Parts: sequence; C-alpha cells; structure tokens
Amino acid sequence: MRWLWIDRVISIEPGERLVAVKSVSLAEEHLHDHFAADDHGDALPVMPGSLVVEGIAQSAGILVGHAEGFRDNVILAKLNKVSLERDATPGCTIRYTATITQRSPMGASATVTAEILDHGDADRGYVPLGEADLVFSHLPNSSDEIPEHNFVFGEQFRTLLRTSGVTWDQPA
Amino acid sequence: MNRDEILDKVREVLVDALAVDDDEVTPTATLRGDLGAESIDMLDITFKLEQEFDFKVAEGEMIPQNALQDPEFVQKGAITDKGIAELKTRMPHFDFDKLGSQPTVETLMNAFTVDTLVNFVERKLAAAA
Repeated sequence: MRWLWIDRVISIEPGERLVAVKSVSLAEEHLHDHFAADDHGDALPVMPGSLVVEGIAQSAGILVGHAEGFRDNVILAKLNKVSLERDATPGCTIRYTATITQRSPMGASATVTAEILDHGDADRGYVPLGEADLVFSHLPNSSDEIPEHNFVFGEQFRTLLRTSGVTWDQPA
Repeated sequence: MNRDEILDKVREVLVDALAVDDDEVTPTATLRGDLGAESIDMLDITFKLEQEFDFKVAEGEMIPQNALQDPEFVQKGAITDKGIAELKTRMPHFDFDKLGSQPTVETLMNAFTVDTLVNFVERKLAAAA
C-alpha cells in the first residue's frame, strides 16, 4: 500500500468488520485540481470519487489482510457495484465500514459502506456517501514472480495500524 | 432442490458476477467465451455460490489449478493422458467428451459451461445431504 486514503482504523473485529475514517483536507493537492464545475453555482473542490473508492478498498483490504496476519499480499481483484451518491468536500469526515462476506485461502469478498459527516452541518450526523462490493485475491509471498516482502502492507501502512492501536499475530 | 432450481440460482449468481443478461445464461453457454468470465471472476463466482447454496468450496475443487500447472499432467499447454485421468477424478462435474482428441488447458477452460457449474452445485448439495 503505497499511499493511504484512510487516516485511522477506529475499530476492528478480526475477520468480520472494520471501521476507518478519513478527514478530507483542503491541504490535499488533488483537491485543487478537481472541481465540480457546472452552471448552477460556484465550483468547489471535491475529493475525486476514484480516491473515495481507494479508501473503500484500503478499509476492506486491511480487514482481509488482518484476518490472515498479513502473511500474504492481498490484491484487489474486482470491484462490483460501486455507487457514490454525493461529493466529499474539504472539512468533512468519511467513515468506511467494511464487512467480510466470504473468506477462503484463495481470497475474500467484502462489502463497504461509506458515510460522510459535514462538520458544517454536524447535527445531521453521518449520511450515506456510497457503497461497494469487492473481491480480493491472496497472493502468497513465496510467489516466484513477486518480491518476497509484503509489498501491499508496507511500512507506511504498519505505522497507520500502530497509531490506530491495531495488533495482529506476527509470524514467529 | 432440483436441477432447474439450481440453474435458476446459478443464473442469478452469474448475472450478478458477470453483469450479463439472464437470457444469456443458458446451460450450454461457456463462462469464458459466451459470458466473458475472466480468471478472477471464478473466485467471485465461487464466493457467490458459497453464499447462495450455503456450502464451502475448497481450493482447486471446481478447477484444480495446481494440477493444471503440474508438468506431469500438462506439457506445453497440452493435457497428458495422465493429466486427463487425474482431472477426471478431480472434476467429476466436467464433461470430458467436449475436450476432443487433443485436450489443452485452453480447451478445458473454454469448455467450462453453465451446465458444468450446475453439475458442480448438484454434486455438492448431494454430498451434503
């Protein structure tokens, strides 16, 4: 995982469910290059939907990898039924809730719901942002064609888990 | 559950996994050629079948990939006689008459039909009963 699109894992039930959050900040460069411009009002910077989906995939990917003690690389193999129903704008917090639906030595499938909290309208609470069904494939670290180290769950990612207080069974 | 009921549920799974129309999912339709399934779709289909029929599918149970990569059974893409004997044991749901006289991994994968999946589910359900 070479870039992080979640800020913190809030809770994890191993092999079952994970909740993570991301704060959308105007300091993020990509927001300055991505405006929802139309004839009905001023254009505002919004987080690209593809990056919201990346956050969805990372939330579920961590849950799937954690269930196996991060022994194998977890590769996003397929995105089914992605839907996004509103924009994510600066000053909002996105909450991702990932749930594993099926898991086997070959991989896993998961569903993720994304919700958003607008801090300018905090009384409204979290409202739906989107959802997706995903399929992950396990790629053993021993594969001849792939570097032996775990290239999906690298140092940046381990720091995220450490700061989130997430632990897992490490290989002896 | 009879065979037609299994087919209906398999159809739902394939419509969901492959984004095809339900009338495309006929018993003779091939997963790869007719329905556009790629290798990773087989994992998705496996998970969906597990959910739909409430059974577990072991690695290699539907398609024994490790046998298909074993040089004793497959040489330069062609399946050896020993390979055919092995696959017949491990893929009782597959109709080997469709492979012709010079079977290859490619022809095997291309001959995997909706009916093959129905056979697979039927056998799994019978074994669990």
